[in-house]
Amino acid sequence: MTLEVAGKSFETDEEGYLANRDDWNKDVAEAMAKLDDCELSDNHWEVINFLREYYDEYQIAPAVRVLTKAIGKKLGADKGNSKYLYELFPYGPAKQACKYAGLPKPTGCV
Amino acid sequence: MLRAGPPRKRRAANSLFCYWNHNFRGLKNVADFEIPALKEYPVIPLIQVGSMAHSKPFVAKPDHQDAVGFPHELVDNWEEKAVKKLGELVQGSRALQVFLDACVKCGACTDKCHYYLGTSDPKNMPVARQDLLRQVYRRYYTFAGKYFPWLVGARDMDKEVLDDWYSYFHQCSQCRRCSVFCPYGIDTAEISMAAREVMDSVGLGQKYCNEILGKVYTIGNNLGLPEPALRNTLEGLEEEVKEDTGVDVRFPLDEKGADVLLVTPSADFFAEPHVDGLIGYGKVFHQAGISWTMSSYASEAGNFSMFIGSGANLKKTTRRIREAALDLGVKRLVVGECGHAWRVAYSFWNTLIGPFDFLDPKYPAPQHICEVTHDLIQRGALTLDKEANDHRIITFHDSCNVARASRMGNMPGGQFVIPREIIKSVANHFHDMAPDTIHESTYCCGGGGGLLTDDLIELRIKGALPRVEALKQVVDEHGVNFMAAICAICKSQFTKVIPYYDFPMEMIGSLHQLVSSAIQLKTKE
Repeated sequence: MTLEVAGKSFETDEEGYLANRDDWNKDVAEAMAKLDDCELSDNHWEVINFLREYYDEYQIAPAVRVLTKAIGKKLGADKGNSKYLYELFPYGPAKQACKYAGLPKPTGCV
Repeated sequence: MLRAGPPRKRRAANSLFCYWNHNFRGLKNVADFEIPALKEYPVIPLIQVGSMAHSKPFVAKPDHQDAVGFPHELVDNWEEKAVKKLGELVQGSRALQVFLDACVKCGACTDKCHYYLGTSDPKNMPVARQDLLRQVYRRYYTFAGKYFPWLVGARDMDKEVLDDWYSYFHQCSQCRRCSVFCPYGIDTAEISMAAREVMDSVGLGQKYCNEILGKVYTIGNNLGLPEPALRNTLEGLEEEVKEDTGVDVRFPLDEKGADVLLVTPSADFFAEPHVDGLIGYGKVFHQAGISWTMSSYASEAGNFSMFIGSGANLKKTTRRIREAALDLGVKRLVVGECGHAWRVAYSFWNTLIGPFDFLDPKYPAPQHICEVTHDLIQRGALTLDKEANDHRIITFHDSCNVARASRMGNMPGGQFVIPREIIKSVANHFHDMAPDTIHESTYCCGGGGGLLTDDLIELRIKGALPRVEALKQVVDEHGVNFMAAICAICKSQFTKVIPYYDFPMEMIGSLHQLVSSAIQLKTKE
């Protein structure tokens, strides 16, 4: 599968996750979100940027408690919980946010 | 047979908008298939031929196949090779041969599969699923099938058969409920595992399982959580518990000389509600004064090799646990809340990676975390405040691999008694679901056996129907608001699918989450 963004095409897997992480840019994230009828707000970007930073350091997306703690620090304690993350990413923060961040989909019993 | 009511029309656009006002219950609006209606009492549906023929998981890519040692794609002469492989499997397993030979088509199994009850597709009746493989076995390996195939329902191996196999052997969660009701004890799980092994061997693998097994080999767990990330995550949990309780509960990693090696599903590190169970194990070990550790090398209890029926991979993945136990010098092996891991551990570890003569003989090897906690409760080693769970009205979901393929404790049925005894020790409000839906008759969550993947979401939602109907009954009658489970797959599956049935995802949790809430840490400092 491919994703077309501004005249360029990017290879994705069957579910729309980028095949090559290096292909990612902000327009790609916006385009993926648009396919889900989702408009990315600043708070979405806080999550996406944190995922990318964490992935750069650890080669994996953060565990849910690592993510909620980090987002709580950035956006306020009332937002440092998975309920808020599900409001941002209704398909599930781990999977949907990873997709927009250009990261592979988490696998396993999750 | 009674006819099920017409399914409620719930088709809607397959899209979402963000900030959409959903209260964890509105997910049904995003399904592009019909969500089955919950009925007041179980109804056996009329058949709908081919209603799930379209359901197929993503096919493994060449690199996924490499990791598990199978061909990249469908090989030349695959028909012949598949038949040969089937013959080898039957030759190597007396059980498999009996299961293929013994069926008398009595029909006892037909209404016992949650996938049949949820989808109405007759090929999801266990006998029909078995027959997909049995027809080929008969054609090539029985006298009647060789000479009079039309008389005995025997059939050549061809592409149409293979397509059916790929579809319907990935609509079996290998939960073994049907085998409980079969007068011959025919185990459809074994047949489904054999079919998947045959498909893998000719180059047709399932992406979800095979990709995950590759991660176990390269990184150590299903998630692909490398050691630094695991360490970072566990340190975060130590901080969290300290903030919540004021007590330094440790979540040790790779600590040589610890008494216990805990092997748990990697979802326990990563996901909710699983992580609250892991916190519970940590608190139990802490209060009991048991020194314990986890291993970054063997950081996965789950073993998807069983789902794909691959003995070679089963051995290879399990060996990591023995190596870690020896390397760390532990005296006990404890398994966390994971259904199929406990089956593999309880039933196969001794053969695969035993003998466990290097462990302390005073303890069972391996031991389930529930056995550990139950034993400590019996001995008065834990201080528990049941009222801490008073806001919860609890029921318990027996996970299929624990219920029907293993045991806990030293008495028959211990796997049913021990988790419930723990719950009753840590909480005041407990109600079981209907008797024909628990214990050895438990219904699968709908996501077991390597089917917990988004490409099978329709199957997962529909397959959860019988369990959710039983849940609804205790919700209506007793106000149940929490369903405890002891399996990472069950927890993830329910969290994902029960919102489609108008239940909130937060009502699913770990059994040790309840222990975690009740345990009074400071009392024994």
